[in-house]
Amino acid sequence: MNVLGKLAPWILFAILLAVAPFIFTSGTSRTMLSIMALSIIFALSYNMLLGQTGLLSFGHAVYYGLGGFVAIHAMNAVIRNKYAIPLPVIPLVGGAAGLFFGIVFGSVSTRRAGTVFSMISLGLGELVASSALILRTFFGGEEGITTNRSRLAPFFGYKFGPQIEVYYLIACWCFVCILLMYAITRTPFGRMCNAVRENPERAEFVGYSARMVRFIAFSLSGLFAGIAGSLAALNFEIMNTQSIGAVQSGLVLLMTFVGGAASFIGPIIGAVLITYLQVTLSDVTGAWQLYFGLLFIVMVMYSPGGIAVWLALHEPIYRGGQLGRLMPAYAINAIPLIVMIAGGILLIELADWALVKAETEGPETSVFHIPMNSNSFVPWIVAIVLFVGGALALKRTWPLVQDAWGAALARIREQPA
Amino acid sequence: MTALSLQNVTKSFGQMEIIRGVTLDVPQGERHAVIGPNGAGKSTLFNLISGRFPISAGSIRLEDQEISGLRPYEINRRGLSRSFQVTNIFPRLSVYENIRCAVLWSLGYKYSFWRGVNGLADARERSEDIMERIGLAARRRDQAGVLTYAEQRALEIGITIAGGARVILLDEPMAGMSRSETEHAVALVRKVTEGKTLLMVEHDMGVVFGLADRISVLVYGKIIASDTPQRIRENAAVKEAYLGEEAH
Ligand SMILES: Nc1ncnc2c1ncn2[C@@H]1O[C@H](COP(=O)(O)OP(=O)(O)O)[C@@H](O)[C@H]1O
Ligand SMILES: [Mg+2]
Repeated sequence: MNVLGKLAPWILFAILLAVAPFIFTSGTSRTMLSIMALSIIFALSYNMLLGQTGLLSFGHAVYYGLGGFVAIHAMNAVIRNKYAIPLPVIPLVGGAAGLFFGIVFGSVSTRRAGTVFSMISLGLGELVASSALILRTFFGGEEGITTNRSRLAPFFGYKFGPQIEVYYLIACWCFVCILLMYAITRTPFGRMCNAVRENPERAEFVGYSARMVRFIAFSLSGLFAGIAGSLAALNFEIMNTQSIGAVQSGLVLLMTFVGGAASFIGPIIGAVLITYLQVTLSDVTGAWQLYFGLLFIVMVMYSPGGIAVWLALHEPIYRGGQLGRLMPAYAINAIPLIVMIAGGILLIELADWALVKAETEGPETSVFHIPMNSNSFVPWIVAIVLFVGGALALKRTWPLVQDAWGAALARIREQPA
Repeated sequence: MTALSLQNVTKSFGQMEIIRGVTLDVPQGERHAVIGPNGAGKSTLFNLISGRFPISAGSIRLEDQEISGLRPYEINRRGLSRSFQVTNIFPRLSVYENIRCAVLWSLGYKYSFWRGVNGLADARERSEDIMERIGLAARRRDQAGVLTYAEQRALEIGITIAGGARVILLDEPMAGMSRSETEHAVALVRKVTEGKTLLMVEHDMGVVFGLADRISVLVYGKIIASDTPQRIRENAAVKEAYLGEEAH
């Protein structure tokens, strides 16, 4: 492939980052874009462990959170002492903190892979999260630690008060970090991460210490998580102990897994999608965490390779010019799928209302802007009929997709090479 | 110089003494075969030499340096490489990646995460050369896990020799192969171990007597004879303990 071909995706991505806030201009959507960009860094740092090295961590928020807290204290120290350090440099401090804790905790947890590693990561996560509640001077207790990013020294005249300026700051860091993490996958160390993931024993018989490979991966992953955490700190201007705990660790696992751990691009997709859902769902439903749990279960059961695998599967079809042949089958399947999902949402929302809110707010509610009564049987029965009917119909229409795939592949095979 | 020297090596698993005082010297450049009945401890011996298991007592020296107690990767870095009886490759990496992972350390790239791996001309050339020699150049892009059994065995040997080790241990490289595959594999082993010291476990007596300069017979964790193929064939104790058993 020529140089331009290799650079094309990067240029495209840079343009996308640059124009995004002019397509999505509202304050909320610009904030959301900022969170997406820093979540991409966080998810990719997680995938250095999960996808690249085969390490399933349950405590990755430790490095994100500690990076964020160190960054916010650094910002306050800069403000207090009037140091001439501008905001864009702050993520280096958080990254250094992430690296430091990655080295410290990595040295005790990377001796073994598999279940042992996962359990230690869980234990360390709980340890740090509970210490955070005790060490109130550093972690700020329930209120957390606040700062004011616009009081740092200006950077070429920019004080980063407006969200758009912070967005570009985060986007620049996002671009650089993605580039670096991608480059790392294409180094001797990056390839040995894959080898250790595949067969740690064999790696030791070709000269590599599997433990050292894991340890370096863990430390570097801490570095990038720390950068992501400090970007969160300067975006929100507050850090609290939630960002260090199990929920945040679960969120990054969800992003990486839903996007797809097996490819480099997967966690990027996952970070964008999950952030979008998190911001929008938490506005419209009280049961948003339940939806996340269901999404996770459905992905594990039906598409363990994540969304990136869907793209990878369709790539040869697209190149063979047969993508159009799949569309009718997809369109037909979309109908029962949508019906089923609508039934499922209706069920969850009714249950959420009946169990949580009806007591204080009465049984009258509305789902999809349709008023209904959660005490009446009718909406429940409708929900069940939609869900079960959709599922049964989907079972019948699914062979159409398989047939379309068979036909498309057969046509590609017939084409001259 | 002695390439590999074992002095009174013993190994127990719990109460069971599996290797019971093995003493063995392999001079540089020799092709040395270890034969013996199933369960005699041949693979265990290889596991001890290559650092997979710690020894219980004795000493193992590689080119006059003690290597017992070292980790497998440390022993590999000192110039000893081994293959496995049960194929032990990187199944979801391509053939090319399998080989390249095995050359990186020996070329000095260590844990480098600051230089591009695809730009390393020496690593690429060495990998190409190894793939050529093991006859897998045409399958370079294929996942190692989808290769045929014989191809995986060839890859196993390729990974073992890729780092340029001076002492090579091959554990039953031809086990489970057809006659024509075996002939092919013998030629391969002969070719890739040219000028190196080879210690090899093999069951096929035709292969052993054709390939080895010297043969040691391991029975119940003890070497009962160590001699030229000719003399081993005539050795009464060996016949009784091992070759006779093969005959019926
Ligand atoms: N890790 C182990 N733990 C316990 N016993 C073992 C272990 N490895 C090998 N053995 C035992 O050592 C004996 C020799 O095995 P092995 O070296 O594989 O024989 P060979 O390769 O000569 O057929 C066998 O009885 C086997 O059960
Ligand atoms: Mg054996």
